[in-house]
Amino acid sequence: MPFVPHTENEVREMLAVIGVDSVEDLFAEITEEMRPKSFELPEGLSEMDVLAKLEAMAAKNATDRTSFLGAGFYDHYIPAAVDALTMRGEFYTAYTPYQPEASQGTLQAIFEYQTAVTRLLGMECANASVYDGGTALYEALMMAVRKTKRRKIIVSEALNPIYRVMLGSYTRNLDIEFVTVPHKEGRTDIDGLKKAIDTDTAALLVQNPNFFGSINDFTDLFTACREAKAVSIVSAYPVLQTLLKTPGEMGADVAVAEGQSLGLPLSFGGPYLGIMTCTKKMVRQMPGRIVGRTVDSNDRTGYVLTLQAREQHIRRQKATSNICSNQSLCALRALVHMCALGELGLKRAARVSVERAHICAERLTAIDGVDMLTRGPFGNEFAVTLPVNAFEAIAKLTARGFVPGFPLGRYYEGLENGLLVACTEKTSEEQIGIFAEMLKGALK
Amino acid sequence: MKTIFDKSVAGREGCWPCEGMAEEAYIPKDLLRDGDIGLPSASELDVVRHFTKLSQRNFGVDGNFYPLGSCTMKYNPKFTEVVAAMPGFTRLHPVLPQLQGAGGLCQGALEVMYETENLLAEVTGMAAYTLHPMAGAHGELTGVMLMAAYHKDRGNKKTKVIVPDSAHGTNPASAAIAGYDVVSVESVDGIVSPEALAEVLDDEVAGMMMTCPNTLGLFEKNLPEIVRMLRKVDALLYYDGANLNAVMGKMRVGDVGFDIVHLNLHKTFATPHGGGGPGSGPVGVSERLVPFLPISRVEKREDGQFRLNYNYPKSIGYVAPFYGNFGVYLKAYAYILRLGGTGLTRATENAVLAANYMRKRLSDHFEIPYDRICMHEFVASAAPQAKKGVHALDFAKGLLDKGHHAPTVYFPLIVPEAIMIEPTETENKKTLDTFCDDLIELAGLVDTNPEALTSAPVTLPVTRLDETRAARAMELTDDL
Repeated sequence: MPFVPHTENEVREMLAVIGVDSVEDLFAEITEEMRPKSFELPEGLSEMDVLAKLEAMAAKNATDRTSFLGAGFYDHYIPAAVDALTMRGEFYTAYTPYQPEASQGTLQAIFEYQTAVTRLLGMECANASVYDGGTALYEALMMAVRKTKRRKIIVSEALNPIYRVMLGSYTRNLDIEFVTVPHKEGRTDIDGLKKAIDTDTAALLVQNPNFFGSINDFTDLFTACREAKAVSIVSAYPVLQTLLKTPGEMGADVAVAEGQSLGLPLSFGGPYLGIMTCTKKMVRQMPGRIVGRTVDSNDRTGYVLTLQAREQHIRRQKATSNICSNQSLCALRALVHMCALGELGLKRAARVSVERAHICAERLTAIDGVDMLTRGPFGNEFAVTLPVNAFEAIAKLTARGFVPGFPLGRYYEGLENGLLVACTEKTSEEQIGIFAEMLKGALK
Repeated sequence: MKTIFDKSVAGREGCWPCEGMAEEAYIPKDLLRDGDIGLPSASELDVVRHFTKLSQRNFGVDGNFYPLGSCTMKYNPKFTEVVAAMPGFTRLHPVLPQLQGAGGLCQGALEVMYETENLLAEVTGMAAYTLHPMAGAHGELTGVMLMAAYHKDRGNKKTKVIVPDSAHGTNPASAAIAGYDVVSVESVDGIVSPEALAEVLDDEVAGMMMTCPNTLGLFEKNLPEIVRMLRKVDALLYYDGANLNAVMGKMRVGDVGFDIVHLNLHKTFATPHGGGGPGSGPVGVSERLVPFLPISRVEKREDGQFRLNYNYPKSIGYVAPFYGNFGVYLKAYAYILRLGGTGLTRATENAVLAANYMRKRLSDHFEIPYDRICMHEFVASAAPQAKKGVHALDFAKGLLDKGHHAPTVYFPLIVPEAIMIEPTETENKKTLDTFCDDLIELAGLVDTNPEALTSAPVTLPVTRLDETRAARAMELTDDL
């Protein structure tokens, strides 16, 4: 039987020490009434057979299509060093670092991760605990509600709609009111948001670049937020953050991001990484595990989990959140990714992605009936309007080997012809050319 | 050890993802950041050496015995990593099945989801599962949200959730975050007694969160009576599946009458913890809660094709952007296929065998507050030794010097000086014996050389760390 090492002799010896006759005697407290009514699981397979079965299932997924899908989740190149280093058993098979002296590897890595993401986002503090970019936004709004003791949340409609529906689910049983400010032809409506802020406002939630790819400077908006004593929260895209004005420079109180684009494969939706950063003023509201630097009894530098008095294992129902994992391996991947590419490599990935998107936008809008929907500056993603329903165009192109993008009509009424298109440094100019030709053909 | 930032040399080039360095001309200057980011500039070898050295300053299951009570640190087989790394899975974009007709492009992945849900349902006797929750505690929150949706739908006025004092700290936190008042029920002789429960149970109770075996490693033998009591006030019973490793094939929580269960796939189904995450915390429900499960849900059509259905009007909505931590439950799926029903039962039997063996071996040397047959873990107490100045924490550090990861200490909170040991089924008898011998030897030092314990560890890269200073000084980044 796989993974159980005891021989029959050893089992007998162990039973003798315990003082029972059989293994079944150990389960005597489970009475007949509580025994399973069924346990009809398949027979176990050999390792070879499991791999063959899964290989066949993997082959049923069409991963050979050239894809321009983004919508917040991007296919950036991951250096081979990321897998090689993060798969090391000492990292991979460790637990949450409760015994710091035996976990300095994990702890220092988290500390370095905290340093890297705070620099990337221009913020002061970070954790390494949150599941994904959406739950990070939810945790950020709960921080604001705790901090301000207010209940109104102002949200831009140009914030990822997947995240907006998540926020709705999580707060359904809480006394929280959402005010959603509509987008303006794909632009974040900064004036509209500013007007919505009042003295009941707990938090303002915006995204940069927004869901349509539009880039903004929210400095004035965040100033207005601060004046109303509300908490400003921005969801950022970490790769582009190598180029763009940071949440910190804009004066944000909390900045979150989906960390997937920093070295995590798309993997059909997870595991991903919720990047969560804030100002020092907000740090005691921040959920999850935080690593701090300290010294040992010989005055050598070391690292420990810190500020634990906020956490569920100590505070139980009074904790800042119920988060118990620390998403450490995903954070480690993001850190190694940033280190392997380095300052210049990560900037290069961002710049090339932006350039490819602009080339792509130019090629697509040269087609009759295709217009830019995204107004103003954009990064590596943009939206166009097609002369036909985008769902239909996507279905046609997908059958021909191209996944052209995300249909905005799925979440935005009135934008049924809208197509959201993303490029990364992996998108070649040749692919863009063929894609444009294909789309032209499909629209005829 | 120096940080990677200390090792950075401005201008040194790392691994470039692509050729070309496009201009920034596409974005107006006033939207660009000022100055450098401050990420490391290091060669690939610098980076490889740095992280290899860091890894060597860590204990993991591959290198050390990790008997962490309540955490189920069993060996993680390697073949599941091969599965999770298959490009047919890693390259799949999560919004692909949401495009018209594109469900056909990810039939394999949808089948994995469908099959995994069914297998977990059979293991636990539940009607249906969602794989969306991304960790155990996330599953708890999802479960309490399901509880709330059920009562709302029935027009029930419920404000309270009961949590035993032996519960994981996440239980009360999850209930509170979902909007409930938390009521504690005290254990009697280590388990929940119907009498103690009766004192706190009334019509306003929405549900009760149970762990069985509980965090003392004891089986909650009053379960059938507890279920009957809760049913009378239309309260739901929630099962914290963190300890499922103790009961596979021996008890199905659905058959006993639980309505909601979350599983920690990374514990019971052997996917690596990665230093604390990512995990996966699927939630199973009984028939009456099925309409409230999160969307989307995967379905098998009559023609054998799989599809996602978002049309469930009573659903609690999205708890995750997509379908949960696919890469993690893929490993659990492969693990279940490998072991089958017989293998899972065998895992449980051997986990319980190992725990009882260690309990017996240690019972002459440590106080065992509930010294009777336990399940897959047990709690010892260093209270007698603490009177002589050697605490549970000192034993933990002493064990680190011997090359074992320490057991969980000071938990559960209801046992003073708790040392909570969970050996799991994958450790051989020699390892169990060595650990017991070492711990007994440490106990002997309490009278002869207590400093050897209170000054431990001495064999690791750092000696005992000053946690108070860390909280006060708050050095959270490398910028000072």
